[in-house]
Amino acid sequence: MVNEPVIKTVDLNCFFGSLQVLKSINIEIPHNEIIGIIGPANSGKTTFLRALNRLNCLQRTYSQTGEILLDGRDISKIGDNLLRKKIGIIFALPQVLPIPIFDNVAYGPKVHGVTGKETITHIVETALQRAYLWDEVKDRLREPAVRLSGGQQQRLCIARTLAVEPEVILYDEPCSGLDPISTAKVEDAMQQLKQDYTQILVTNNTKQASRVSERCAFFLMGDLVEIGPTKTLFTNPKDKRTDDYITGRFG
Amino acid sequence: MNRAKIRQHVAFSLLGAVTLLIVAPILLVILYVIINGAGTISWEFLTAAPRQGMKAGGIFPAIVGTVLLVIGTMLFSLPLGVLAAIYLVEYASDDLLTRMVKLSVVNLSGIPSIVYGLFGFTLFVLLLHLGTSILAGSLTLAIMSLPVIITASKEALESVPFTYREISLSLGASRWQTVRYCVLPYAIPGVLTGTVLSLSRAAGETAPILFTVAAFYLPRLPHSVFDQAMALPYHLYVISTQVPNIPIEISFATALVLVALVFLMNLVSIILRAHYRKKRLW
Repeated sequence: MVNEPVIKTVDLNCFFGSLQVLKSINIEIPHNEIIGIIGPANSGKTTFLRALNRLNCLQRTYSQTGEILLDGRDISKIGDNLLRKKIGIIFALPQVLPIPIFDNVAYGPKVHGVTGKETITHIVETALQRAYLWDEVKDRLREPAVRLSGGQQQRLCIARTLAVEPEVILYDEPCSGLDPISTAKVEDAMQQLKQDYTQILVTNNTKQASRVSERCAFFLMGDLVEIGPTKTLFTNPKDKRTDDYITGRFG
Repeated sequence: MNRAKIRQHVAFSLLGAVTLLIVAPILLVILYVIINGAGTISWEFLTAAPRQGMKAGGIFPAIVGTVLLVIGTMLFSLPLGVLAAIYLVEYASDDLLTRMVKLSVVNLSGIPSIVYGLFGFTLFVLLLHLGTSILAGSLTLAIMSLPVIITASKEALESVPFTYREISLSLGASRWQTVRYCVLPYAIPGVLTGTVLSLSRAAGETAPILFTVAAFYLPRLPHSVFDQAMALPYHLYVISTQVPNIPIEISFATALVLVALVFLMNLVSIILRAHYRKKRLW
């Protein structure tokens, strides 16, 4: 079933303690789409992202109702390890492990049971190439990953995620700490990855959303206000609140 | 110089003096022990058994006894303590039971060592029929060391950045893989410090071994873990207070050996810690 959405949420409500941070979210995300999620701080964007691979559950006070479907299957029936292998995430700040560059990328495949030096070397090389980082690091794979620049670290994070062969990649404001050139490189990588992956981009930068995404969703105070083709959303939004946000009247 | 500078000068001098005051007693004790004891240390003193009612000969059986007790204590307390800390930090949910366990760990470290001695005597020596033995002594010392090892390991684990766990889990690693590869390696220096600290204390304790393992006078090496053994702290107590007319130099020499042993353990931990720190890349 090609037309079936990769991710579908049905009436998703998320809570931290008694505070409801997402209210009845219904979204369908088709294969190979880059969908942007925009909205001011505290609108629930990150919570939505982290609900998809159940990272919210690391917080003790978190609870949710409703359904999240991955390829038509309720994710509550998929184990944590498999779910997070299929749905990778890139965090806001580049977060690398304090080990060499190579090992950072090899870590994922290794915990999923991939063995054999050649196989792993191949996976690492491919992942680094696809994240547009290979040329910059191929001669220093044994160096600590923390020595890379912020932008390189963020692309290393993308490579690390690609190495476990996910279906969906979540980006949680991936360029918030990066300079414009590094940002452009990350965005290039995203465009290239479009052929093989579904990508969800949470961003505070509306310009980035308009550059990168095909469809865009606007979240406000836990509500999904509007979702539609990025061009329409930015030029002719249906909801006044969306218009106010993207024209910079608040947020 | 203006007033502020003079004040700063006075304050720095005072703080420096106080710091020296802390170091002074330690240095004095060590110096005192060395001056009084070093002359008696000889190859025979280190390698021979005591003779003539401990008035002559050496302290070899006591050294061996203490080393065996430290090793035994480590074998029991290190895995138990580290595993308990891992559970408490990485797995346990924050419920009443966990909080009670954490509270009792803290309280256990405040219990006087003689109470551990009595407890070990009733449980291991009498109830479990281990007899007065190295095994019973090690187990008693291990129980005494546990709270410190657990507390130190807990703090070491908690000091590892949460982001490492998040990265690992987000890649689909299991909880255990995360702990094994992304948390433990960075906690090892802290765990080592706590372990060596509590083992040094165990090496020097007299009360817990009093009823559980220590032999008053046993001028031979133990045959098995079910055998009694002499131990340095207890031997020191015996020759200093229980047997008349033993030259004070022998006591000081024994003390010097005990201090040197503890110092050696600390040295090993410092080296290991430096080794693991070098591997850490942040």
